[in-house]
Amino acid sequence: MPSVCFYFQVHQPPRLRHYTVFDSNDQYFDNKKNAFICRKVANKCYLPANRVILDLIRRFDGQFKVAYSITGILLEQLQRYSPEVMSTFDALAETGCVEFLAETYYHSLSFLYSRDEFVEQTKKHLRTIEHLFGQRPRVFRNTELIYNNELAALIESMDCFDAIITEGADHILGSRSPDFLYQPKNCPSLKLLLKNYSLSDDIAFRFSNHDWPAWPLTAEKFARWVSDVNGNGNVVNLFMDYETFGEHQWEDTGIFNFMRHLPDEILKHPDNNFKTPTEVIQSYHTVDTVDIPHIISWADTERDLSAWLGNAMQSNAIHELYRLETKIKNSNDEKIIADWRKLQASDHFYYMCTKYFADGDVHKYFNPYNSPYDSYINFMNVLDNLQSRCAAEATGDTFCGTSQNKKPPDLQTA
Amino acid sequence: MLGWEFPPFISGGLGTACYGLTKALDHLGIKVTFVLPKMVDSKYATHVKLLSPDSQKSLLSAKISELKNVKFRIIDSPLQAYTTPDLYQQRIEETLRQKQINHGLLSTTTQFIDRTEYSNDMYTEVHRYAAIAANLARDEQFDIIHAHDWMTYPAGIVLAAITGKPLIVHVHSTEFDRSGPHVNQIIYDIERQGMQRAAKVIAVSHYTRSIIISRYGVSGDKIEVVYNGVERNGNGHWPLAETGIRKDEKIVLFLGRITMQKGPEYFLHAAKKVLEVMPNVKFVMAGSGDLMHHAIELAAQLGIGHKVLFTGFLRGDDVQKIYQMADLYVMPSVSEPFGIAPLEALGNDVPVIISKQSGVSEVLMHALKVDFWDVNEIANKIIAVLKYPPLQMTLRSHGNFEVRKLRWENSAQKCTKIYEEMLVALA
Repeated sequence: MPSVCFYFQVHQPPRLRHYTVFDSNDQYFDNKKNAFICRKVANKCYLPANRVILDLIRRFDGQFKVAYSITGILLEQLQRYSPEVMSTFDALAETGCVEFLAETYYHSLSFLYSRDEFVEQTKKHLRTIEHLFGQRPRVFRNTELIYNNELAALIESMDCFDAIITEGADHILGSRSPDFLYQPKNCPSLKLLLKNYSLSDDIAFRFSNHDWPAWPLTAEKFARWVSDVNGNGNVVNLFMDYETFGEHQWEDTGIFNFMRHLPDEILKHPDNNFKTPTEVIQSYHTVDTVDIPHIISWADTERDLSAWLGNAMQSNAIHELYRLETKIKNSNDEKIIADWRKLQASDHFYYMCTKYFADGDVHKYFNPYNSPYDSYINFMNVLDNLQSRCAAEATGDTFCGTSQNKKPPDLQTA
Repeated sequence: MLGWEFPPFISGGLGTACYGLTKALDHLGIKVTFVLPKMVDSKYATHVKLLSPDSQKSLLSAKISELKNVKFRIIDSPLQAYTTPDLYQQRIEETLRQKQINHGLLSTTTQFIDRTEYSNDMYTEVHRYAAIAANLARDEQFDIIHAHDWMTYPAGIVLAAITGKPLIVHVHSTEFDRSGPHVNQIIYDIERQGMQRAAKVIAVSHYTRSIIISRYGVSGDKIEVVYNGVERNGNGHWPLAETGIRKDEKIVLFLGRITMQKGPEYFLHAAKKVLEVMPNVKFVMAGSGDLMHHAIELAAQLGIGHKVLFTGFLRGDDVQKIYQMADLYVMPSVSEPFGIAPLEALGNDVPVIISKQSGVSEVLMHALKVDFWDVNEIANKIIAVLKYPPLQMTLRSHGNFEVRKLRWENSAQKCTKIYEEMLVALA
């Protein structure tokens, strides 16, 4: 009896403004553009999708369930630019059929560069989610589903999680199916939920692709594929960006209607049901241990880190960023620390990706820059300025008279 | 094929393009008769004649051994690529003076009776050239007339009219690129007539194609885009001893004609801004042109005279050497139909910043792109390249790879396809 486990990633990066070597103020982010995009995505995706999910939960009276992972930096933007979205997430949280997951607050790659920073960001996210939605997450997902054995060990050592979510990459599973619950190697207290990338990507990427032999994808057809797992799997993990609904797949592709009808079709089969990640780990036993010494992710066809760290610019930018950690933290300036953390969003490095050839169109679509080179130059100019602010702090200078150690534009505490 | 210039006598991208395309067509087995103007004065005439035993008055033909299917017909004319009417005038006057001196020395006039008299103004000369070219039609066999840039359009039109063969005009640059808003009406009219009369127009970029549509009123379905290629001269790798040159100053290169079209003043204004932040940089302006003196003065005015070097026009080995020294190539062109030089720079492992107002920006992904007028951004990008080695490294390695894919073979194949379509349409 396969359970369907939906988890949606909800995230928007803090985009930088055009910042040249001649700029010297500490306004790094393009608030106007971020507000515009936030409202646009709210109208096209978050509001209508939340409405659909809420209707489904009510209609199926507790049988339909989903999970969300919402980044801290998106929550900040939503509070500021689209507070109405926050209230719809509140409503979802109150249904009891929605689970919220934990991740790094800033959607960062900190796991790879600073364990301290990683733990701090994860705790900050835990606090934020608990504060906003009244539940403390028990399941962790790392940025871009980046995972290896070390991540599992680190998460286990934090002693506040039951499971981790990651990609069901072929090269780690071999002939095994992602549709079971697994255990990370050497982490007896943790479970592993693996994404069924084939079925997930049918919705997220292929839904509107007319060249795809299975097009058009109907709820009935998809439910049949899910039911086919029956007998050879316990759970079908459908993990995808929430922006799939209305933003990546526009409304006129029929994506919302697909979602409206899907639970009906899934539940027609008496063996099927919907579960949240926590319910999945409570319902099923692990079938095997997975050993993942090398890093995997959910990106591109390679399922590795090459989208963020594939070229010299990316690796230089991120090394320079984390090299500043001690300096930044010693400054004790909340605004400086917040700026540094926002620069950690993995998106900044994704924009610098020169891997155009295979996944080019996906990369270009999400890139606010004309070229990866422009994004690197912009990022490095900002970083240079941030560094000079730390230096100014250290020597007691008042930097350009603009930094007033204001409280960062963080989540307002109620 | 009606052209203007051919190596080794080249002054810019047009000669390079004609050579690259002709060579690639030759490899495809297309028979080309390349007609080009050249002033035949005695010191060159001797060696040209050696190659052309069948010379008849002003018509000479020659062959370059590496090109098996190409025959050259040289028309004695002082027309030159990138000539302006004023420059032409100077040149003619100089020639006349020369004649008078000779005339004074030699009492007999036999020396001159064979010489075709050049026209006194360039426009008439272009038409005289057309008339001579038309004569060629009598003893040449061909199916297609392919004319490169405006000076040859009248010749192309006459040839097409006489023979009934289809005319293709190949637009490497337009009067709007060269002169900005101060368009020379006569040249514009010649260009427009050529494009209107042609059966097909080949543009070197979509950028140029849109100028042809909007400024010359040519219908879009008549215009094909054929990008230029780049010759792989050398492989960009230099002996270790040579790359090991230590220098404490970075070198930023401008290479091209120093004319309004190439935007030399934007280069200098950007240089000024760079030097305010980064003092250990030298700016090299390689090339000559009518704004050269103006550029030297501007550099002095900006107080950066000691940081800007003017090399004059470079060719051959000197070009290679300058690329080898450069850390970055900047092309701030105001309007560049294509722009082969950035491809050569990348082929020599030099990263490039190119103007968005250029055809080459359509084909290069791994280049930094700027608006020519955005001096602040040009300086911002120059500094970034000089300051961050990973940026230089990524641009260089991807750029070099990208350039390898831009081959004259592809351009020639596309031209051949256009030829074939035209012949089919005719039949």
